[in-house]
Amino acid sequence: MSELLKQLKDQYKIFDITEVKSFQTFFSVDTAKLLPLVTSLKENSGYTVLVFITAVDWLEEDKFQLTYIVNNPEEKVDLGIRVFFKRDEPTMESIHHLWVHAATFQREIKEMYGIDFPGSPRVDEPFLLEGWDDIPPMRRDFDTKKYSEETFFPREGRESNDPATFMKLKLYPDE
Amino acid sequence: MELVKKIGFVLLGLFIILNWGLIMSGIIRKIIARLGMRRGIKVFQPYINLIKNYSIRSQISHGVMFYLGPVFRLSGGIGIFLFMPLIHGSELWSNFSFTGDLILIAYFAFFGMLGMALGAGEGGHPYSAIGISRGLAQFTAIELPLTLAIISIAIQYNTLSISEIVAAQQGGIQNWTLVTNPFATVAAMISFLGAMGHSPFSVVMAPQEIPIGPPTEYHGTFLGILQTNRAILHVIEAVLYMNLFFGGATNWGILILKSFLVYFWSVFVGMVFPRFRVDQSIPWLLKLPVLIGIIAIALLII
Amino acid sequence: MSLSNKNEQEKNIRVTEDKFLAPENRKHTVIGPGGEEIFVDPLNDYFCTEKPKVEKPYKGILEKFYNWARAESLWVLGYGTGCGSIELPPLFSPRFDAYRFGVAMRPTPRQSGVFIISGYLAVKTLKRVIRSYEQMQNPKYVIALGSCTINGGMYWDSYNTINRLDHYIPVDVYIAGCMPRPEAILSGFNRLKEKIKEGRAEGANEYIEKLEWYKANQKKIIKDWNMPDYNW
Repeated sequence: MSELLKQLKDQYKIFDITEVKSFQTFFSVDTAKLLPLVTSLKENSGYTVLVFITAVDWLEEDKFQLTYIVNNPEEKVDLGIRVFFKRDEPTMESIHHLWVHAATFQREIKEMYGIDFPGSPRVDEPFLLEGWDDIPPMRRDFDTKKYSEETFFPREGRESNDPATFMKLKLYPDE
Repeated sequence: MELVKKIGFVLLGLFIILNWGLIMSGIIRKIIARLGMRRGIKVFQPYINLIKNYSIRSQISHGVMFYLGPVFRLSGGIGIFLFMPLIHGSELWSNFSFTGDLILIAYFAFFGMLGMALGAGEGGHPYSAIGISRGLAQFTAIELPLTLAIISIAIQYNTLSISEIVAAQQGGIQNWTLVTNPFATVAAMISFLGAMGHSPFSVVMAPQEIPIGPPTEYHGTFLGILQTNRAILHVIEAVLYMNLFFGGATNWGILILKSFLVYFWSVFVGMVFPRFRVDQSIPWLLKLPVLIGIIAIALLII
Repeated sequence: MSLSNKNEQEKNIRVTEDKFLAPENRKHTVIGPGGEEIFVDPLNDYFCTEKPKVEKPYKGILEKFYNWARAESLWVLGYGTGCGSIELPPLFSPRFDAYRFGVAMRPTPRQSGVFIISGYLAVKTLKRVIRSYEQMQNPKYVIALGSCTINGGMYWDSYNTINRLDHYIPVDVYIAGCMPRPEAILSGFNRLKEKIKEGRAEGANEYIEKLEWYKANQKKIIKDWNMPDYNW
């Protein structure tokens, strides 16, 4: 494991290495080097399974993060690869030619975060949101409560409580 | 005057058969439920379903053949009834049976299925053509052992009249076709499993099938007609097998008992065995049952 | 047909954005057997464009008798929309045995009379629910299962889950809870039976009377409306 990481550090300049568990390590890499890195992991190092792709919206730092989890079924270890890019250029290289099911993850990320993967099959077709016309809903500048109240006829008289204070009042009313 | 009396008795017989069919399906459902440790439906639930279906207010039609499909199916069931002698030795309960009625009944058994094919083909359901072609293919395979068995007993008794076949079987169990021609009986009873639509041959009518086979688009009164037909058809086919192989009936009590037992044979097998797919059931039907049917004919010719 | 009449008809033809339509439902030309070109607008030509009618109940003892039969024979459409659909299969197991109340599952909307909206409804699912509901025959009843159908439940602020089901289709019985147990569903069936026997379960007619209001609400959230206005 550590040999592989050392080799990757030399070859692809990976940085910010965090070992979460003995079988799970995360690291970051430059956007441009992701495709050669993932290809080499799949072809040479036995990381043949793509577990999932997910996205994080760092609104304050004005960037998106994509996390690719790949798995080595022989050694039973996972690698998490993080890439960062600016929020105003949400485009990433597609990896559907390495794993077919990556296209589905990319289609969902396109819909939920608006991150484009040019060349990925059916990436522009709606996945869950048919006919969506607002900004992508998982971006953090999208106000889901306001959208829901404007669109879905909220029923009057609905109360909602903060769970912590509500349970405190209920269990210890004297304090 | 004679004819009016005759028609009156035919209608009365039809009424009795229809009610016995509905009650019998309720009893069978109750037995199946008790086998599964459930209380199950009310015995009169089939009546309530029938009334409900006739009381649906709006109906959608897809054209003339869509209307005629259930009507053809019902006329197939009633057609079998009209030419079936119910009680042996009674002129009034023999309906319109004549010397060649066995051939006519075998024809009517297929007639309803063809009408259904025409009707379902015009429905809006995109897969009804697949459903109906699978149903017809399996039904053809089901008919083959029965036809061989009918040929066999026609050779045996040297007649095509059901009344005469029943008459030849009177005088005790040793005279029943079950004893005198067991191979034909076995072939026909396997065919009976398919004709009744219980598993292992129920896949063409199963709810899981795309999605319930030909009657997908039928609702309200159309479905009510199909249910009415099913109640008649199940009893009258059991009566046909009873007449051909189990000595017929000399009064209504024997008829009800025997038709229930013959019908229960298909339920019994259905509760024990899982379903065949269509591509499994047709080869199976064309191998062993057909072979038994051919043996039944060959033994008689030799 | 006079010219003004024709213009009026063309105005009434549904305006549907082409980009949402499936390719086979877009306007196109077909070459006939004689080589002639036929212009086809599938939404208007292939589907029934007639508006539905209110079917008046019968009067007196006949309607009471029919209502009794309808109440004792409830055929449920086998369509689970949310997490509540996992509470429906146990209903037909030996422990709860809904068959003894005359309840049975049917796989096709044409033959079924009860639609159980089991749990939350995403906008994508709502579109399918409306299609299925409109294909069911009058009289038809809706049971709304779980808090999500009443006020949104735990998804009340979600961007993709509706809050109030009764704005889109008429509801006869609500069963509150998250999720209601099968016993609660059986109790809901009995409430529905009482309602039908009293003759108050006329949701199908109510839907047709207030069709414009329901359609406006539905079209407000289903932005890719690519089906006929009323799915017969």
